[in-house]
Amino acid sequence: MNSLKGRLFAILVAATSLIWLVATCWIYVGATREIESVLDARLQEAARMVLSLASGNGVGPAQTEGDSRQAPEIMSYERQLSCQIWSLDGRLVARSSGAPDESLGDKRAGFSQRLIKGETWRVYTAEDAAKGVRVSVGDRLGLRAHLAEQIIKGLLAPLLLAIPLLGLLIWASLSRGLRPLQALTRELSRRNADDMSQVETGTIPAEIRPVVASLNHLFRKVRDAMRHERELTAFAAHELRTPLAGLRTQAQIAMVANDSGVREAALRQIVVAVDRTTRMVRQLLAMAQLDSIHEAKQASINIGDLIEEVIDALPASDRKAEVELDPALKSTMVTANRELVLVAIRNLHENAVRHMLEPGIIRWSVKKGSDTLAVYIDDDGPGIPDDEISLVANRFFRGRNKSPLGSGLGLSIVDLALRASGARLVLQNRNDTRGLRAQIVWGIAQDGEMQPSLTDAHRSDFKRFGPHLSPA
Amino acid sequence: MRILVVEDDPMLSDGLRVGLGLYGATLDIVASCADGRAALAADAFDALVLDLMLPDGSGLDLLTALRSRGDRTPVLLLTALDEVADRIRGLDAGADDYLGKPFDLEELAARVRAIGRRNSGRATPQATYNGVTLNPARLTVAVNGECISLSRREFAVLAALMDRPGMVLSKSDLEAKLYGWQEEVESNTVEVHVHKLRSKIGRAKIETLRGIGYRMRPIAS
Repeated sequence: MNSLKGRLFAILVAATSLIWLVATCWIYVGATREIESVLDARLQEAARMVLSLASGNGVGPAQTEGDSRQAPEIMSYERQLSCQIWSLDGRLVARSSGAPDESLGDKRAGFSQRLIKGETWRVYTAEDAAKGVRVSVGDRLGLRAHLAEQIIKGLLAPLLLAIPLLGLLIWASLSRGLRPLQALTRELSRRNADDMSQVETGTIPAEIRPVVASLNHLFRKVRDAMRHERELTAFAAHELRTPLAGLRTQAQIAMVANDSGVREAALRQIVVAVDRTTRMVRQLLAMAQLDSIHEAKQASINIGDLIEEVIDALPASDRKAEVELDPALKSTMVTANRELVLVAIRNLHENAVRHMLEPGIIRWSVKKGSDTLAVYIDDDGPGIPDDEISLVANRFFRGRNKSPLGSGLGLSIVDLALRASGARLVLQNRNDTRGLRAQIVWGIAQDGEMQPSLTDAHRSDFKRFGPHLSPA
Repeated sequence: MRILVVEDDPMLSDGLRVGLGLYGATLDIVASCADGRAALAADAFDALVLDLMLPDGSGLDLLTALRSRGDRTPVLLLTALDEVADRIRGLDAGADDYLGKPFDLEELAARVRAIGRRNSGRATPQATYNGVTLNPARLTVAVNGECISLSRREFAVLAALMDRPGMVLSKSDLEAKLYGWQEEVESNTVEVHVHKLRSKIGRAKIETLRGIGYRMRPIAS
């Protein structure tokens, strides 16, 4: 049975009935035993009493005392006992009315049971050798059983009446007791699929409050995830519109321009715009993928090999820079997810290449501390203005020194990928010369040496952009 | 027609410069709010095409500041934010028109012409004065019903003079309408353009006020 109410009802009714039944059995057994001992005592007493009255040739109680009319009334206590007085030589001296002719008891004193005319008799026999008489007093066992039966009937009758009443009462109490649960069910089933508002916990009983609390927690998480998703989609849509607008404008220029120089320039711009849009879409997909990674497979990876892999995979247009690799990188091993670190390295390298003002040098190096490992890339581009350095890892942020091909997503992808690999992205402008140093740091940051992590800025990226987007 | 574009996307601003130029406009392009403010303070423009999401702030702030200064320059918001609420917010902040990205170049040119036209107090698409009819949409000029062909610069000079026919425009006013910041202006260019224009539409149509500038000759004289 799947209904909590039904199950509770069945259990309660069954348990109540069972307890009542067990009690009845107990009472039955107890009552039977008690009846037995009381009636046995009565037999004994009656036999002794008769024996004391009887004389050797005496006459017992008047034979005419009872008559056949009263005989069937076994219910009457007066008629329940039968008595026989026997002389010791085996002659029936006297008997009570209704007593059978055959000897009730054995020929010896004490209790005995006998089957007479299809009925079992319980008999007590007492002897008095001096008087020469033996007195047997007996009653029928059927009578005793009947007594016990009467007692049980008296107990069971109210029970049979009470069980439906009890059932009704239990049902009503359950309905009342489970009302908050029903109210909760109703509220939840009435909701729209996207209604993630909190469930009011004020009137919820303590027993299901943990359930409601975790439900609310789940609602909150789903709502946050949905909002994040929605914001990202909205941002992506906005960010794709500008390059598409540029693309369309250039295409229209190419269509209407009479001058071949103008037309060619427009067509060249179209190619660049397509490249940029392609890159933007690729970055968006990478971002969406990173967002959905929850548990990345860890492996021991060689940073130097990864960097070489990234450089080898670069398109020819991105190879104009000279790249220097610190030989120590080839022996730098890190336990992390290979794909994530690869994404981070690729984006950092591409960034360095794109921001190169003229063919320059990109240098990958490594610095090992006691409990930290920093892999860093130096470029000789324009760097990042100080007031923007804490913003650049925000999604879609494009600073003053942006590259025409940028999507505004590169550094936030790096940040996301590194956080998923247990590392941090630290950006700082180079002290020695113009350019940017981007560091991938594993382990605890050493104070004063590195700037604070950018990761905290990440989550609030949409909020930071809020005023620009929607000055609500 | 001299237009200021505030747009941070280089691809798009290049497209606007060339594209709106094909429709006879002279464009100046800046990429940030700060540069936009500086440009507006330095020069007068016939229209402003403004993006909203700029690297150093929202175009709406620029627009609000512009309007609170009492500047009546027509403004068209050109932005990726084109939800109804965004449009309403933009128009209520003082914009004259709103166009969502991506857009049609011809439509943008038409809308810019429309806001410029309304600003000069004209409702008809053509400007007609003293027998000269100028159609900015088709870049055509007719004198007494007869079409004549003008160069881009000559057309721009005529359009500037026809915009408010009674008004006198100095040589530097005309230079500003004709040339963006990037373009080199030679000292006698305006005179050369006016001279050629006169030879095409008739010497008497344009009046020279010595030492002051040029204007369309009033009908009465």
